[in-house]
Amino acid sequence: MDFTTPPYLLKNASVQRVMLQVLLALLPGIAAYVWLIGPIIFVQLAIASLAALAAEALMLKLRDKPLGLFLGDGSALVTAWLIALTFPPMAPWWLLVVGVLFAIVVAKHLYGGLGQNPFNPAMVAFAVCIVSFPALMSQWPALGLGLSFNQQLDIVAGLAPRVDALTGATPLDAIKTALKLGEGSIDVPSLLANQNIFGNFAGRGWEWVAAGYLLGGLWLWKRGIVGWQAPAGFIAGLVLIAGALWLWNPAQFANPLFHLFSGGAMLGAFFIVTDPVSGCTTPKGKFIFGLAAGLLAYLIRVFGGYPDGVAFAVLLLNICVPLIDMYTQPPIFGMKGEK
Amino acid sequence: MITRDELRQIAGNGIWKQNTSIVQILGLCPLLAVTTNLVNGVMLSLATIIVMALSGFAVASLRNFIPHEIRIPVFILIVAALVTVVDLLFNANLHELYVVLGIFIPLIVTNCIVLARVEAFANKNPPLQSTVDGIFMGVGMLWTLALLGGLRELIGAGTLFSGIDMVFPGLQPLQLLPDDYPGLLLAILPPGAFILLGCMIAWKNWIEARAAARQAKLPSATGASVNAG
Repeated sequence: MDFTTPPYLLKNASVQRVMLQVLLALLPGIAAYVWLIGPIIFVQLAIASLAALAAEALMLKLRDKPLGLFLGDGSALVTAWLIALTFPPMAPWWLLVVGVLFAIVVAKHLYGGLGQNPFNPAMVAFAVCIVSFPALMSQWPALGLGLSFNQQLDIVAGLAPRVDALTGATPLDAIKTALKLGEGSIDVPSLLANQNIFGNFAGRGWEWVAAGYLLGGLWLWKRGIVGWQAPAGFIAGLVLIAGALWLWNPAQFANPLFHLFSGGAMLGAFFIVTDPVSGCTTPKGKFIFGLAAGLLAYLIRVFGGYPDGVAFAVLLLNICVPLIDMYTQPPIFGMKGEK
Repeated sequence: MITRDELRQIAGNGIWKQNTSIVQILGLCPLLAVTTNLVNGVMLSLATIIVMALSGFAVASLRNFIPHEIRIPVFILIVAALVTVVDLLFNANLHELYVVLGIFIPLIVTNCIVLARVEAFANKNPPLQSTVDGIFMGVGMLWTLALLGGLRELIGAGTLFSGIDMVFPGLQPLQLLPDDYPGLLLAILPPGAFILLGCMIAWKNWIEARAAARQAKLPSATGASVNAG
């Protein structure tokens, strides 16, 4: 037998293999998304992927790194797909390109490339774009318009004018706006009863996209690609604060189920806070990271001015990672907890 | 008197080698807040140049009378008096710009560049040299703030020289990018200033590294000792 030096890894876990499985795990969510919005999603994914690969190749060339090894590892594709899935589906093509360029060039390569970035590149792209282009980033399509693929393509390519009638409030926005306009006379349960906007449990159509991400995420967990700590922490954090406020005042705060299945919560729980590079590395740390991100995401999405809070919550927690990691180091084997 | 070599050294330090913004990284607060466009950046730099030249002269002239132990409060008093003069000048002659620059003109008093030059240079050198040092440190700040302001304005709004009519009535700002350019708002916000300042620092370091590499190559080419740094 051929013995090498430890540590030994049982599984084949090259970056390429892991990234490929993450992409696979996104497919159920993407399928639901396409069913909800239309094949324009594929166009957005393609635009983001092309821009990401081009930016990655350019930066690798500038940094004198081997093109083939890093370009083929799929990490740029994962970033690109996450960006395409978090941006509004009818966003103009250049908005995606700006986001992807920022993610790959600034958030990834200026910090040292794969494995070195302190901030989640996809979330940096989202934050940069929502701060810079708040109007475009808040234009989510109204459902049930029956736009043909060509019409959608024209909007994305900037050939057709962006009409306000094409955009609708996301379920999260709908609740926030209704509560603000109602000034206490409107209560959440009666709002949620409107199936046309809020569907069966969280938001017409959107709930199934989130369920798709949940399915993919569970598969990733089963394959051992992501640990349970970060997603569980995120969901626990979100449910904890949403549940507490809901129990305290069910008329003013939506139930935890609604919050879990709307906005970017599910995508965030399984694909964003589980990022092995910008997230925590210790098991306990991962849970704390997820928990705090879930709490913050709720606070920002309910009490803040932005449509969703996952991106800002994750970026804020990214800053705390070194601190959390420092305080959650597991005891060294044989030392029984003493440092 | 000032010799040619001294002048060259002071000018080189101020404009490039010890540039306030991209080497000493001093005075970030006005840098972030004011360089949202080119005109604001240039005008604040001009105000700072006036203050630095005058304060350099004043402190250098009085340096032998200022007790060492209380020199910092005395410096601040001198600088504050000069800033008040500049502040009143701006208010009287360029009132619209004065309103835009707002608190940042009075805040020149607390600008660390001014105090740093007064403490590090004017306190130890004759008046003429100190005045020249103040001017060139200010010129270094001027070109970096102008570049940063111009970049931020161009990326953020697609224009250059917006607000020029506040200084020269009748002149119009340039619209460099097409009218439907949406403008990257981030460039105008403080993070944009940090990112672009970082890029400028990287650019300066890159130039220096390239120059150093060329310098290191020269002696080895002529057969002198090879420095394997």
